[in-house]
Amino acid sequence: MGVRYIGAEVKRLEDPKLITGRGRYVDDIHLPAMLHAAFVRSSHAHAKIGDIDVAAAAAVPGVVAVLTAADFGPRMAAAMPQPYAAPVIKQSITQHPLAREEVCYVGETIAVVVAESRPVAEDAAALVAVDYAPLPVMAEFRKALDADAATAHAGASDNLMATLRAQFGDTEAIFASAPHVFRETLSQHRGGCHAMECRGVVASFDPGPDELTIWTSTQAPYLVRRLLAGYLGRDESTLRVAAPDVGGGFGPKAGFYAEEIVLALLAERLQRPVKWIEDRREHFYATTQQRDQFWDVEVAAASDGRILGLRGRCIHDNGAYVPYGVLLPATSLAAFPGPYALACLDIRIDAVFTNMVPNTPVRGAGRPNTAFVLERMADRVARELKIDRAEVRRRSFVRPDQFPYETGMKARDGSPISYDSGSYHACLDRVMAKIGTDFVARQQAARAEGRYLGLGIAAYVEDTGLAPFEGVSIRVLPSGDVVLRTGAASQGQGHATVLAQICAEGLGVRIERIKVEAADTGKFPLGIATVASRVAVTAGSSAQLAAERVRAKALKVAADMLEAAEQDLVIEDGIVHVAGVPEMKVTLGEIARRLAGAPGQPMPAGVEPDLAATAYFEARQTPFANGTNAAEVEVDIETGEVKILRYLVVHDCGRLLNPRLVDGQIVGGVVHGIGNALYERMVYDESGQPLTTNYGEYLLPLATEMPPIEVEHIETPSPLNPLGIKGAGEGGTIPAIATIISAVDDALAPLNVRIAEYPLSPERLLDLIDAAAKAG
Amino acid sequence: MKPAPFAYHDPRTLDDLVGILGQVENAKLLAGGQSLMPMLNMRYVIPDHVVDLNRIPELSHLAESDGLIEIGATVRQAALERSALIAARCPVMQEALGCVGHFQTRNRGTIGGSLSHLDPAAELPGIAALYDATLHVAGPRGRRDVAFADWGLSYMTPNLAPDEALIGLSLTPWREPHGAAFLEFARRHGDFAIVGVACLVALDGAGCVQRAAISLVGVDVKPVRLRAAEVAIAGVAPSAEVLAEVAAMARRLDCLSDTHVSAAYRQRLAATLTRRALALALARAGGGHDV
Amino acid sequence: MSEKRRISLTVNGKAVEREVETRTHLADFLRHEIGLTGTHVGCEHGVCGACTVLVDGAAVRSCLMLAVQADGAAVTTVEGLARPDGTLHPLQTAFWEHHGLQCGFCTPGMLTSLAAYLEAHPNADEPDIRRAISGNICRCTGYQNIVAAALDAARVMREGR
Repeated sequence: MGVRYIGAEVKRLEDPKLITGRGRYVDDIHLPAMLHAAFVRSSHAHAKIGDIDVAAAAAVPGVVAVLTAADFGPRMAAAMPQPYAAPVIKQSITQHPLAREEVCYVGETIAVVVAESRPVAEDAAALVAVDYAPLPVMAEFRKALDADAATAHAGASDNLMATLRAQFGDTEAIFASAPHVFRETLSQHRGGCHAMECRGVVASFDPGPDELTIWTSTQAPYLVRRLLAGYLGRDESTLRVAAPDVGGGFGPKAGFYAEEIVLALLAERLQRPVKWIEDRREHFYATTQQRDQFWDVEVAAASDGRILGLRGRCIHDNGAYVPYGVLLPATSLAAFPGPYALACLDIRIDAVFTNMVPNTPVRGAGRPNTAFVLERMADRVARELKIDRAEVRRRSFVRPDQFPYETGMKARDGSPISYDSGSYHACLDRVMAKIGTDFVARQQAARAEGRYLGLGIAAYVEDTGLAPFEGVSIRVLPSGDVVLRTGAASQGQGHATVLAQICAEGLGVRIERIKVEAADTGKFPLGIATVASRVAVTAGSSAQLAAERVRAKALKVAADMLEAAEQDLVIEDGIVHVAGVPEMKVTLGEIARRLAGAPGQPMPAGVEPDLAATAYFEARQTPFANGTNAAEVEVDIETGEVKILRYLVVHDCGRLLNPRLVDGQIVGGVVHGIGNALYERMVYDESGQPLTTNYGEYLLPLATEMPPIEVEHIETPSPLNPLGIKGAGEGGTIPAIATIISAVDDALAPLNVRIAEYPLSPERLLDLIDAAAKAG
Repeated sequence: MKPAPFAYHDPRTLDDLVGILGQVENAKLLAGGQSLMPMLNMRYVIPDHVVDLNRIPELSHLAESDGLIEIGATVRQAALERSALIAARCPVMQEALGCVGHFQTRNRGTIGGSLSHLDPAAELPGIAALYDATLHVAGPRGRRDVAFADWGLSYMTPNLAPDEALIGLSLTPWREPHGAAFLEFARRHGDFAIVGVACLVALDGAGCVQRAAISLVGVDVKPVRLRAAEVAIAGVAPSAEVLAEVAAMARRLDCLSDTHVSAAYRQRLAATLTRRALALALARAGGGHDV
Repeated sequence: MSEKRRISLTVNGKAVEREVETRTHLADFLRHEIGLTGTHVGCEHGVCGACTVLVDGAAVRSCLMLAVQADGAAVTTVEGLARPDGTLHPLQTAFWEHHGLQCGFCTPGMLTSLAAYLEAHPNADEPDIRRAISGNICRCTGYQNIVAAALDAARVMREGR
């Protein structure tokens, strides 16, 4: 038996280059004769644009071109494609790569300057004069559907992008007969992506073979290839899209952006490579954001605290355009009913247009929003009925004996959604055990000293491993080294390591011999995207299948070469030998050479050339991860400061491929959620101007304020894939907001404060305390 | 986010500096660069000339003479943080420095830069106010001294002509035994304060306040001394009631309001932090028993 | 037209002489003029810390310094942390062992910052280290493993003294 890799804390293959400064991110790509682009962006949230005077900009020495949509003629006549068309989209409005007549958010691209250097491009961009005729602005999404609301698009009759609805059970009857019904309004606020690497694109065109290459900081190179090829009228075989090292993604890099089209067209037109690197200020108004939702919701509960049903309506801010179909609000809807076994549900989400940056998923997508709704309502039931919050959840969760559990929800194809497996009660009980039974005593002692301690808990279920597939090919080289290729892009998750672990164990080679190449359409034919915690499940399963196939082929050929029976052979450290007779051996490299062919030498009977295999594990059903988080906080009621003293995660993502990497995903995800709960506020004024466009104004979580985060795992393998995997990329973020808000709410319960919103600034917290005091 | 073009000057002597200042228009002085460089990168400022003060040795002195601490304009925050002289004579400055940005920015940031940039929430101007520092200015018309009380003219506007430079400051450390404290409330470690409070307090033999100084940053466009309170508590025995009175005076300060923070919240913080900082300073002065 | 100047400095022990635009900040100089792309630009306004390098031994934001200001200085970037023979700095080893990085974009600034900090504060404890990296933003890790790595590296550095 060789080295065991699956489940081991293997050090990452990615790290040696990254810790020595040898990573290669988009901005590290330098091509000969490369030009640099800077964009002229709308300074108005909503306006008609008239003349664009580029003369002064074009005259700046070093400027090569200053171009508007008109300059590209028919090549840029169309609006951007809708990547996820769906009948439910009432108005599928996408932006133009460069605006033609109307701009609908501050930051929308209007013109591009190309120059010999980025500073010169910026010098010139500042000289482009755009004639704006301001239009009424919709910058308050809650009012977007009001009768007198300004429309975010000049020609539109209203601001409704789509209405989504989910229903099951007899809601009317259950709410009419329920012993308790509580109603709440909940406000959730948008934040941004804020990967430490902003977006960026390098485009290079080779007119000889008519080949266009795009390096882009993306989570979805294959989506970019498909949409870009379509837009350019180019065959996919002449377009290569590659994601080099990517400095964080967190969702917004999964989309297709105007700059990718513009850079491609520039490279074709100027026949020189062109680079554009988003700067941090642009990131605030050029990269999609997420989480603005307003909920009006009712919960029905039995006298024992059991949650019976939920009904309500959400207004979901979609921002100015529809760059991502309805996938974001749909993830909010699909995240119901969470871990709860509900008798009924009736939820409607109205996604609306505003004149703000478009919204697409940010880590967790719509799930943290839904977890916030569910968990705030569970806490509300507990508080009203004076039942322990954990007990309300225990009585309401799907029970272990109910798996597989059909929730009542329907998938897009109409089939029932079923939770495959889970450990809802076990995770909750373990968290409560770790908190300890002394919390209430500590809380009371602190209150006696005028200190306000609070305990927050929140549970969640996450659909992971989104269909349909990520493929993996594994090829053994004549040297015995192994190349694993996949379309799945990585933004720091450590996919290369995990896939190599699976390959090493499945094939019987040392992990050091494996090289992983990913996210390059020139190297692997198909891919979907790194979203929705899906890569470990999809690509991981494919790696397992591909490794098994290569192994089977190697054994078959080795049996022939060693004149031994296949069943007597083992593979260890890249060597196939007869079990118990190590000197009867052949290396995988030798087998690879045999299968590489030589003139006049036939292949072994029944074996195709090449010691390689490609597999596409198809994710037909969804593995659901779950967990419960808890946090202890202390609130200073004089300053409004919230200190997080302790944060606990008990989490179940099925079989752990590399516990250290899973912990890294969870902890990072929790901190992202803490940012949403307490720090990150993307402020727009009533005219749609973003007011927080730097890191002095927009606050990201820092090391000093983050608590120690304890992570513990329960492993309930999914029956839906060969390794029993469930995704883990977003499980940290999904319950974190709800957990923190629950804790603050608990701390301030003696002051009759009830919290139904985030982010919570210290000032807002004091206002809530004041309001509660006034309400008496 | 790249700076617009500018002409760069790096004089080697104070005389050269003054000569350049007399000749250039639309110039910005570059000290530690921790505020100016972001503004250049973001093109919030587009100067024709940048005059770098970093290669003028005369601006980097730090010494005590005749009972005064003399600090050159380009003395880096990190140097003040490590200075034995400051630790001995003016420890509250080091307490405040612990809240100024991060150690990497303090490695470049200078005291002269902080005082000239005059961000309403910056910590070091609050220390200058606390000690009634005297600021030394040079320009083509010669040198002049400015009392800190006269330094801030309006929002981020020091009492400096376009052709003048702050070259240093002097402050008088308290000689008698005293307690000092700096407290601030910021959203995150290293952020500019929403409100910060610095206190000095000396007690007499009876445990009553002999003299006190209280300055606040973040509340107004420039640092504010709570002089009425300083007078009111002189000769008084510290107590919780006295602290509450001082806090109430802080709460009545006129405060700034902006997109992120209201005046009312600043007033609350001013009251809370003044009470806490004064209590801490009193305790350090040896008189904390009754508060 | 942007003004230029000739500067000479030492970068990772090697003498470098170049003509640069006076408006070029040190981070762009290192990355684009002399090809040391390990130093990353994350915000260009001095908050994120990804561009941190050592100038004459002090950790500074290279986006908040003009390249001309480094004339005559000795600069160390992440590429210069390991020994010339390739032996990793204890921090690099610890970051690898403790999973102290994910996307790797903030990592160069974390490493350079901590290298300088631990040199000056060999006995740093967890709160010290959290304060030391409070000027370095990481969106991936939640900081926990970075802190663990730094504590471990501090121990190794102490033992190696």
